Order: sequence, then structure tokens, then C-alpha cells
Amino acid sequence: MTLLELADVRAFYGRVQVLEGVSLTVPDGGAVGILGANGAGKTTTLRAVSGTVRSTGTIRFDGKDLRGLRPDQVAALGIAHVPEGRGTLADLTVRENLRVGAYRRKDAKGVRADVDYCLELFPQLQDRIRSTGSALSGGEQQMLAIARAIMSKPRLLLLDEASLGLAPSTAKAVYQAIGRLRSESGIAMVVVEQNANLAFTLVDSAIVLETGRSVLTGSTAELKGMDEIRRAYLGG
Amino acid sequence: MGTFIQLVIDGLSTGSIYAALALAIVLVNQATGLINFAQGGMAVLSAYIAWALNGFGVPILPAILAAIVASFLLGAIIERYLIRRFEQGDPDTAVVVTIGLLTLITGFCAWVWTYNNRLFPSLFPLETIKVAGAVISVRSLGTIIVIVVTMLLLQALFLGTKLGLALRAVAINPASAAFSGINVGRSLMTGWGLAAVLGAVAGVLVAPQLTLTPGMMDSALVYALAACILGGLSSPIGVVVAAWLIGVLENLAAVYIPFIGHDLKIAVPFILIFVVLIVRPQGLFGRKAVVRV
Repeated sequence: MTLLELADVRAFYGRVQVLEGVSLTVPDGGAVGILGANGAGKTTTLRAVSGTVRSTGTIRFDGKDLRGLRPDQVAALGIAHVPEGRGTLADLTVRENLRVGAYRRKDAKGVRADVDYCLELFPQLQDRIRSTGSALSGGEQQMLAIARAIMSKPRLLLLDEASLGLAPSTAKAVYQAIGRLRSESGIAMVVVEQNANLAFTLVDSAIVLETGRSVLTGSTAELKGMDEIRRAYLGG
Repeated sequence: MGTFIQLVIDGLSTGSIYAALALAIVLVNQATGLINFAQGGMAVLSAYIAWALNGFGVPILPAILAAIVASFLLGAIIERYLIRRFEQGDPDTAVVVTIGLLTLITGFCAWVWTYNNRLFPSLFPLETIKVAGAVISVRSLGTIIVIVVTMLLLQALFLGTKLGLALRAVAINPASAAFSGINVGRSLMTGWGLAAVLGAVAGVLVAPQLTLTPGMMDSALVYALAACILGGLSSPIGVVVAAWLIGVLENLAAVYIPFIGHDLKIAVPFILIFVVLIVRPQGLFGRKAVVRV
């Protein structure tokens, strides 16, 4: 079953058109990557889904039209956006950040269980539970951003450049945790990532964007086999 | 000893009025990241609304409650239709807008009710009690109790409720707050509305003491801003303690330090700020921002 469907999506910052026709589908429980050079429109595609840029075309989540909804309304439907730059709530403690993630939830017991789950998934956060977000390292802030998203109990996770600015070993640890999350929770994911090698450890398929258009789509295995993909994104 | 105790209690009472206004400023700052200079003007308008209703025959307590409800709505409307246009821009612009709003509201009050002093009924009996040789007014004690309760409620709101958490999250990072399902616009309106309620409390506490005029809160606003800096903008308890400290010290300095007297006592909080900020730039109770680089 298709959970997220984008068809011929165009997006604008003011009068400047950034997306010129992006299409992708994410099956329920599936993970789709978005690859592309800087400025190709990867981040904007996620923003179009979460309602932070003006867009036209079809954007449907579980059959519901998302266009015109505010970001909080999109979040209420079960879409969690982990933005580029992490969006840490700097003056709040790690525990308060997690509580913000669970803002719309009423099941106190489930929230407590999910806090425990996040701290098990990212044990580094356990030691920093009373620290403010601003005092965390870049890797810890990324883990906190993902944990905050998990706390909203989403059906779809939008993950934007989770490895950006992290040491290779930290980036690998973050992706291993996301992979574990995916296998244990079945949350569907759209993964924007410059580091295609990392993205391919997580996603089932991917689209390639060029200047705001989706130009290529295929399964991970198919894309890995393409010369142009290997040359442009896989370092060989 | 009796004079000393009396000066302290009166100082706490005056400090409580600064504290009410300072709490309103803290609330807006925690909810939006802005300093609202119009807070004093909004407090005066609330007091005038209560006074006008009382003039139409509404008993004082229901009149004050109605003014508080009106203040909440007014605060929310000001945020929604005026401040929001400037919130995403340069913070300095928004601050200038609040200063303009202060001038506008003060002018409006003067236009409708003139600059004449109006007598505002006291919420508390005008009786006094004797404690250790000091004559203490029930009104002073009542004012102090109202502020202590308000401060505790505000602290509980910020640290113990979902609404308080949402207000803080929105002030820090509206985009991230929205991604977690928080309605940012509604939170901002609520923050301004609650701050206007605190301003209304300050207004109805100060009006019986100074009589009601459009400029009634001008000096209280200066003291309240001083309390915010001294106590730390992130701490409701901090600003209340700082406001009390200012109220008490300026009272004591006026009487016990001859060259200060009543004319120079307004300098006391600023000397205090100067000394404290050298030692603790984040204020007495403020949280020091730690940023890992």
C-alpha cells in the first residue's frame, strides 16, 4: 500500500521556483532515498511534504491531500520531519526535548516506554538527559533530533542529511540506529543524504534529482549497478 | 527596629508590583523571545477597563475578573494581528513596535479617560496590623501574597505543564516546535494573552496605591525591566526575588543613606544591576547559555 505519493510536485520560495516536477512513492513501511547534488531540491522536497514551502502538484499521505496544511497539522497526521541542521531546542534539556516530541500524545505509559526506547537506541543521550540541547555534541544533537521525532510515534520519518557534519564513525552509528529503528518499528522513511553509501545501507529504493526534477528512480540494487550513479555518488 | 520592619514590608509590597509586570515581561520573552515594552501600557488599559466597569455599577472583583478576561483577548489579538507581522524579522524591529504600542495605548487611555487622577478601589481592606512595633498595612501583605501565588503558578506553568513546554519550545525554535505538532500561532497568542493577564494583575494592584493615570506604570516598567535583568529573563522566581530586592533596598537606601533620599532612590536598582552583571552576566537566577562549538 502506498503511504506517501508525490506527483509532479513544484515548490517555490517566494516567486523563485525550486522544484520543477518531483514524483516519488513510498510504500507503507518502505524507505526511499533522495539523491542529488547541492541545490537539486532534496531538502525542498521534504519541506513540500511537511508544509514549510508553497507547492503545487499532488502530495498525498495515506490518501489525504497534504497541500495547504500547516507543519503542525502535517505532524498530527503522523509525519515527523528531522530537518537539516537538526533543529535542536537548545535551551531545553534532553528530557524536555523528548517531551516536546510527544506533545500531541495522550498515552502517558506509551510515552514513558518510548523515552526508554530512545535512550536504549541512543545510549549517549542517557548520560546527557539533564543537559541542555546546546551543550550536546553534533552527533548527540542529531540523535536527539531523531529521538524527538520517534517520540511523536510517526508512520513516516523525513530524514534530512542526518550525517552532515558528523565524523564518519558517528554517522555510521547514527545510520545503524536508524536501521534498527526501521526493522523494529516498521516506520516508513524518506531519506535525503549526500553520502549515498550510507543511504544505501538503509533504503530499498531511491530517486535522483537534478535541478528540481526527478530524473532517475530504481531499487537500491539497480542504482548501485548504474555507472553514472557509481561515478557521481559512490566514489567509483 | 519597627521602622526597619515596616520599610522591608512596604518594600516587598512595592517590589511585588514591579514583580507582576516583570513576570509578564518574562512570560512574553519565554514564549516569543521578545521584550514587550508595551506591557506597562497594557496593564494601565486593563486597570481602566476594571475602573470603567466599576463606574457602571459592577462590583470591583467581578470588574477586575472581566478586565482580566478582556486583557487576555487583547494580548492575543495584539500578537495575532500586529506583532506576528514582525516576529519573523529583525527582533529590534519588533521591540520598536512594542515601544510604539506603549505610546499608542497610553495615548488612547488619555484620549478616552483624560490625564486626571482616578481613585481606584483597593482589593484589600485599608486596615493595619502591628508586628514587632511596625505598622503594616493589610494591602501590602495582600499584594505580596498575590505575587507569591502568581509566581508559583507561572513557574509551575513553565516547568510542569505541556502548555509551558510548548511556549518555551516555540520561543526557541518555532520550526522544530511545529514539526512536533505544536500549533505555533496558537502558542504565541496564548503567551501574549497570559502575559496581558499578569499585566492586568499588576495594574489593579498598583492603581489603588498611585491612583489611576495613563502614565501610572511608567516608572514601574523601568523597575520591572531592571528586575528582569537582575533576576534573569529565564527565571520567574528570579525576577520576583530581584523585584523584591529592588523594592526593599530602594526603601532602605532612601531612609538610611542620607545623600540618596527619596529623590535618588530610583538609582538604587541600576547600581545593583551594575554590580550583579559584573559578577553574573546572566542575572542572579538566569541560566547561563552554554553552546558547544
